[in-house]
Amino acid sequence: MEYEVVIGLEVHVQLNTKTKIFCSCPTSFGERENLNTCPVCLGLPGALPVMNREAVKKAVLFGRAINAKINKRSIFARKNYFYPDLPKGYQISQFEIPIVENGELFIEVDGEEKRIGITRAHLEEDAGKNIHREGYSVVDLNRAGTPLLEIVSEPDLRSSDEAIAYLKKLHAIVRYLDISDANMQEGSFRVDANVSVRPKGQKEFGTRVEIKNINSFKFIKQALEYEIERHIDAYEDGTYQEEVVQETRLFNSRTGETRSMRGKEESADYRYFPDPDLLPLEVPEEFFSLPIPELPDEKRRRFMEEYKLKPYDAGVLTAEPELAQFYEEVVGAGVDPQMANSYLSVELLGRLNKKNIPITESPISAQKLAQVIKRVADKTISGAGAKKVLDKLMEEPQLEVDEAIEKLGLKQISDPAVIEEMVEEVLEKNGDKVEQYRNGKTKLFGYFVGQVMKASRGKANPQLVNQILKTKLDG
Amino acid sequence: MVTLKEALQMAPQEVEELKKDLNRKAKEMKELGGYVEQFLGKDLTSKGEGVPIAIKDNINVEGWDITCCSKILQGYKAPYNATAVEKLLANGLSPFGRTNMDEFAMGSSTETSCYGVTRNPFDPERVPGGSSGGSSAVVGAGLAIAGLGSDTGGSIRQPSAFCGVVGMKPTYGRVSRYGLVAFSSSLDQIGPITQNVEDSVILYNIIAGHDPKDSTSAPVEFKPVQLEEPGKRKFKIAVVENYIDEASPEIRNRLWEVVEALEKEGHQITGVKLMNSKIDVATYYILATAEASSNLARFDGMRYGHRIEGKGLKETYKLTRSQFGEEVKRRILLGTFVLSSGYYDAYYLKGQKVRHLIKEEYRKIFQNADLILGPVTPTPPFKIGSKKDPLEMYLNDIFTIGANLTGVPAISIPVGKTSDNLPIGLHLIANHFQEETLFNGAYTIEQLVK
Repeated sequence: MEYEVVIGLEVHVQLNTKTKIFCSCPTSFGERENLNTCPVCLGLPGALPVMNREAVKKAVLFGRAINAKINKRSIFARKNYFYPDLPKGYQISQFEIPIVENGELFIEVDGEEKRIGITRAHLEEDAGKNIHREGYSVVDLNRAGTPLLEIVSEPDLRSSDEAIAYLKKLHAIVRYLDISDANMQEGSFRVDANVSVRPKGQKEFGTRVEIKNINSFKFIKQALEYEIERHIDAYEDGTYQEEVVQETRLFNSRTGETRSMRGKEESADYRYFPDPDLLPLEVPEEFFSLPIPELPDEKRRRFMEEYKLKPYDAGVLTAEPELAQFYEEVVGAGVDPQMANSYLSVELLGRLNKKNIPITESPISAQKLAQVIKRVADKTISGAGAKKVLDKLMEEPQLEVDEAIEKLGLKQISDPAVIEEMVEEVLEKNGDKVEQYRNGKTKLFGYFVGQVMKASRGKANPQLVNQILKTKLDG
Repeated sequence: MVTLKEALQMAPQEVEELKKDLNRKAKEMKELGGYVEQFLGKDLTSKGEGVPIAIKDNINVEGWDITCCSKILQGYKAPYNATAVEKLLANGLSPFGRTNMDEFAMGSSTETSCYGVTRNPFDPERVPGGSSGGSSAVVGAGLAIAGLGSDTGGSIRQPSAFCGVVGMKPTYGRVSRYGLVAFSSSLDQIGPITQNVEDSVILYNIIAGHDPKDSTSAPVEFKPVQLEEPGKRKFKIAVVENYIDEASPEIRNRLWEVVEALEKEGHQITGVKLMNSKIDVATYYILATAEASSNLARFDGMRYGHRIEGKGLKETYKLTRSQFGEEVKRRILLGTFVLSSGYYDAYYLKGQKVRHLIKEEYRKIFQNADLILGPVTPTPPFKIGSKKDPLEMYLNDIFTIGANLTGVPAISIPVGKTSDNLPIGLHLIANHFQEETLFNGAYTIEQLVK
């Protein structure tokens, strides 16, 4: 039997405004507990919310970037429930009329483009955090009132790969728009996934399961795949009705499994109603004409055209705005775009990833990387030498590129006369092998190259060595 | 008692003497129970220097206890000032004395306070009205020059009528709600309770105006109200005949006498009928309780107030929130019910629709009238403990609720006494932001019935 997977995603994006959504407390991360609080975000009696215009602006930018309808007038509602991290006993959110509706974005999986609908994106306030200690719990309300944009996709995704592609695209868009840090570890890009599976051809959706709060792309993929398999197995075993129930499940990254969060789910009644403390939100006219920066899809297309990059490479380089910017700085320094791509995507990113350093904190600046590439291009150093230089620069970021080359003694010998001398010496010493070569054992060419390189202690320009050897042996 | 107008002319030393005097008298008249401090055997709480103003126990004054006369808020001190309080302080007035109220402003008799009942200054067997009964009683009893109250369905005007003082509810959005503990956010307003209309204007002019901290505060320029010479302006007054006829005989007769006198003075009187006042009450108790059920959710014992620790979170919530009194619990339950899925459309949404109809009704009347005149209460002050049925208690607000549902300004002024020497109030309503008309109308009537 063939099955069809149906996935819809809800992403909570923390907007990177300086202050909270309904008060003027800072939104800085990692402060001492309950430092960033005031009567409003503590929910003290008598305190009232006042809308942060910046959050509205960012929501509108997002809506425009995904080609959505922006509601000029949207309504804040109260979502009522009790939890210690929720100071007012309700969350101010948007329910019936969200600020953004009916958007879309495009993903590419296996070379095929697909449109994914975005049902809505609405503004709301974040809750605080419960911190559980031995025998008791405390509440940190620094995060309470941080602006969130909840972005809800249509159930258009048909595989975990599509889900990841969607999330990566969404991640790139919010980063490009500079509306969120979208740092998954710090919780500023949080994903809830709704999954169901149905036999191919069946009209009705299967039973929907929600997987909550998964904090990396890798785990999301794992969680989805685990869940999909669980559903398919249940179909195959004929136990679908019993095993797959509408519920919320949690992903355990240690075991790679999902498990039921609650026994039998009581359907929560949040008793939404319009918040009487806030007037309907009117979007200022000027927000509709604010400039939208170049978005990932556009930038990727431009990279393909302007720098003649392959679609895949252009995709990698434009996944993050900082990386794209870094690339353009390298190219801008007068370096061949293809070389810039391979040195950045392979050599530099490889080294940064190994040490978990983001591109923004790279010890090797775009200017330095460009300089290294130039030294390869002008044959001062070899490709192998360049790798050593990059290693050195990672260790000692204060070094200039030429200093590093000097220190490592990597300056290539590119004087043909000097190389010719070395070649002659090697051929003289190996008269017998020259004989064999000339008799047809051409495999020995590599041996001669190796000997010359050894004689030059690796500094001879390998291309020149090749050239000269060829003329000497064949000519 | 000196009036506010007079007190503002007093030398600082005289003001200090006056405060001492008030303190002494508050202790002597402990039985009144108008101030929370009278129950606690403490001096009247004081902040800043200047003319003393009594403050209802649901308005934040930095450093003061604020309990909304509820057990659940015992021990909680306000860390900030309400905007209205900031304005008092900035204008040489000094918060002085916490006044008793119905718990969380839910009631019409000040009997639901956790501290005890306040007595009517005209008859200790009777209630002062509510929920701002403490503020009205202390002004009526000469224990305060003036006070601040809050009005959600009549909570300033009804007790003012019962205590023979002037109580005014501004247009919704005219006075900042920042720092007023919310009962029903779309209906609540802070307003003055004073000995006469002139003082009401003075206090109103001080507390009114736009406040960026309150999103529902009207972003309109505020011009202080000026009183004209009474009788100079002739008003077009719409008299709500069916309301007056629903009131008890002595109130009814007195109001008709006043209407007649107004007509004689050259004011243009027209009779109007308002929708069945029971519709107002039904609408109000749906919308106000819905909002209250959410507004009072923050009192969960997690961050402030009086927590009762239980085994685990759920039990702690239950025990802590069980400290609410019967009336507060009733309204939270009612509000939770009308917002519940499956009932939302039938109650809350319908209530909102009726609210629009009521607004429309008022709008039409104001096309041909400056003022709407009617009774404040259906009866004179009733006996303490006499209204056991909550529905019967709710009917006390039938004539005042309309002004909250529509948001228009309204005032209660004393116009006479019953044969039992109990005060009779007259209710005057003006159109949105027409406080100047309202006060001048009230001033005219006040001088007329003197």
